[in-house]
Amino acid sequence: MKNLVELVNVSLSYGKTLAVSDLNMTVAAGSFAAVVGPSGCGKSSLMKLVTGLMPATSGSVLIDEKEIDGPVNIVGMAFQNPNLLPWRTTLENVLLPLEVVRPERHQFRAKRKEFVERAMDLLRIVGLDSFADHYPWQLSGGMQQRVSLCRSLIHQPRLLMLDEPFGALDAFTREELWDVLQTIWLERKFTAILVTHDLREALYLADKVHVMSNRPGRVVRSVDTTEFARPRDEHTFIDPKFNENVMELRAEIRAQRLPVDIKTTTAETTP
Amino acid sequence: MTRFERLGSVFLPVLLIFIWQAACVGFKIPSFVLPAPSEIAIALWDNLYIIWFHSSQTLLTTVIGFAVAVVFGALLGILVGSSRFAYSSLYPMLVGFNSVPKVAIVPILVVWFGIGTVPAILTAFMLSFFPIAVNVATGLATIEPELRDVLRSLGANQLDIVRKIGIPRSLPYLFASLKISITLAFVGSVISETLASNRGIGTLMTQASANFRVSLVFAGLVVIAAMGIAMYVIFAIIEKRMTAWAVRGTTFGVGG
Ligand SMILES: Nc1ncnc2c1ncn2[C@@H]1O[C@H](COP(=O)(O)OP(=O)(O)OP(=O)(O)O)[C@@H](O)[C@H]1O
Ligand SMILES: [Mg+2]
Repeated sequence: MKNLVELVNVSLSYGKTLAVSDLNMTVAAGSFAAVVGPSGCGKSSLMKLVTGLMPATSGSVLIDEKEIDGPVNIVGMAFQNPNLLPWRTTLENVLLPLEVVRPERHQFRAKRKEFVERAMDLLRIVGLDSFADHYPWQLSGGMQQRVSLCRSLIHQPRLLMLDEPFGALDAFTREELWDVLQTIWLERKFTAILVTHDLREALYLADKVHVMSNRPGRVVRSVDTTEFARPRDEHTFIDPKFNENVMELRAEIRAQRLPVDIKTTTAETTP
Repeated sequence: MTRFERLGSVFLPVLLIFIWQAACVGFKIPSFVLPAPSEIAIALWDNLYIIWFHSSQTLLTTVIGFAVAVVFGALLGILVGSSRFAYSSLYPMLVGFNSVPKVAIVPILVVWFGIGTVPAILTAFMLSFFPIAVNVATGLATIEPELRDVLRSLGANQLDIVRKIGIPRSLPYLFASLKISITLAFVGSVISETLASNRGIGTLMTQASANFRVSLVFAGLVVIAAMGIAMYVIFAIIEKRMTAWAVRGTTFGVGG
């Protein structure tokens, strides 16, 4: 399969801080990739690099095998904070990308009916069609996150970028949204890159999990998870192989921790 | 507002007036030093026509100056808030301009435009546009970076971001600043009238104090205060109508 995203020896520094260094990663078109790693290792920076929001300090970022030099318009994004516009209703929030992205922005008036239909379809999938006319402050955190997910998909992006979208949700809502996301993905088969802190989430949703090292981040390991049959469900969680993978990844990330300075910590932690 | 709060906003002024009246009568304070509220009320009633003649002028210059300030301040705020270049080049100048006492500028305005209406309008304008510009700029400059990223990744340019997010987002900031600016506009008009005008509350008060009609001076102050409160209330109501979404639980916030 062709690669939609390819990062070759990419480095990114913010002033003197080197966030990402010598990062190599490929994401096949139509596949679901997850990125895990210790906090501050440059996962969000990776998102900015792939979407072209930030130019790489060195190395190259390729989309469709072409090097990019600015924002690529094939992306939908969602973050930990839903970031909905409080003066817009759910439906209007979901429609926002269509008012901006080309070519839809020029067809917005003419095709409004069709676009609304498209938005309502998405809202139906996430179970919010009856909340289309509600404002964000009338929705719970989990509901807002669903809306944010719909907004990231409305313009049918070829690449979906998710930066810890479920990080602030309770465990039940989170697992429910995993299934929602999986359903949408299985149906539409866009390429997805998910940044997460949750290893089970990464393994459950992705075809390939990339583990990043401590800052400056690079990919130290990639785990293939295509062996778990889709659609995945609660049986996947009890698959011994699945749990083995979770344990392995956890060990990998623990190994990435900075070595603890025994002398200073024992003084504080001894009872 | 609850009924109790509403009562408070009436009760406290009434109490103060009562104490004032009692003090003036009790300590036998001469009315050319501090007139009692009753004397002020009488002065107000006796000079109703002349007060109307002057206060209508003040109201006119204030409202015109303020209207210009809203348009100019909002545009300036949008410019400063949405462009880093405009911010770094204009902001220091604005702060410098705002630090200049406007009283000092009135004589210059008089040289240019003669005494009367024009300097009053300009002073009202100069005093009131700054908070508007700063507030609108703040609303624009504090757009969540992630929201900006969402739009930029869709190929949005700066103008799209300002139109779709910046301006609606800065509306609550704008309306909050209008309440403050309208009262500043009154201050501006009255300053200018006090220094150089034949008409306006400021003029009335200068003339009255020159003639030792202290209760008339106070009557003028009461009228200014009343107009200020009325304008404030009008804009507070408009604010509530226009930006209901901003006061209903916040969805603004920063994420990681
Ligand atoms: N705008 C910025 N200016 C300066 N330094 C930054 C900026 N953004 C990130 N960094 C630095 O780059 C490093 C990587 O940041 P990044 O946000 O990519 O980490 P992350 O992996 O997403 O962390 P987390 O898991 O906590 O979200 C951090 O150490 C941070 O100090
Ligand atoms: Mg992050």
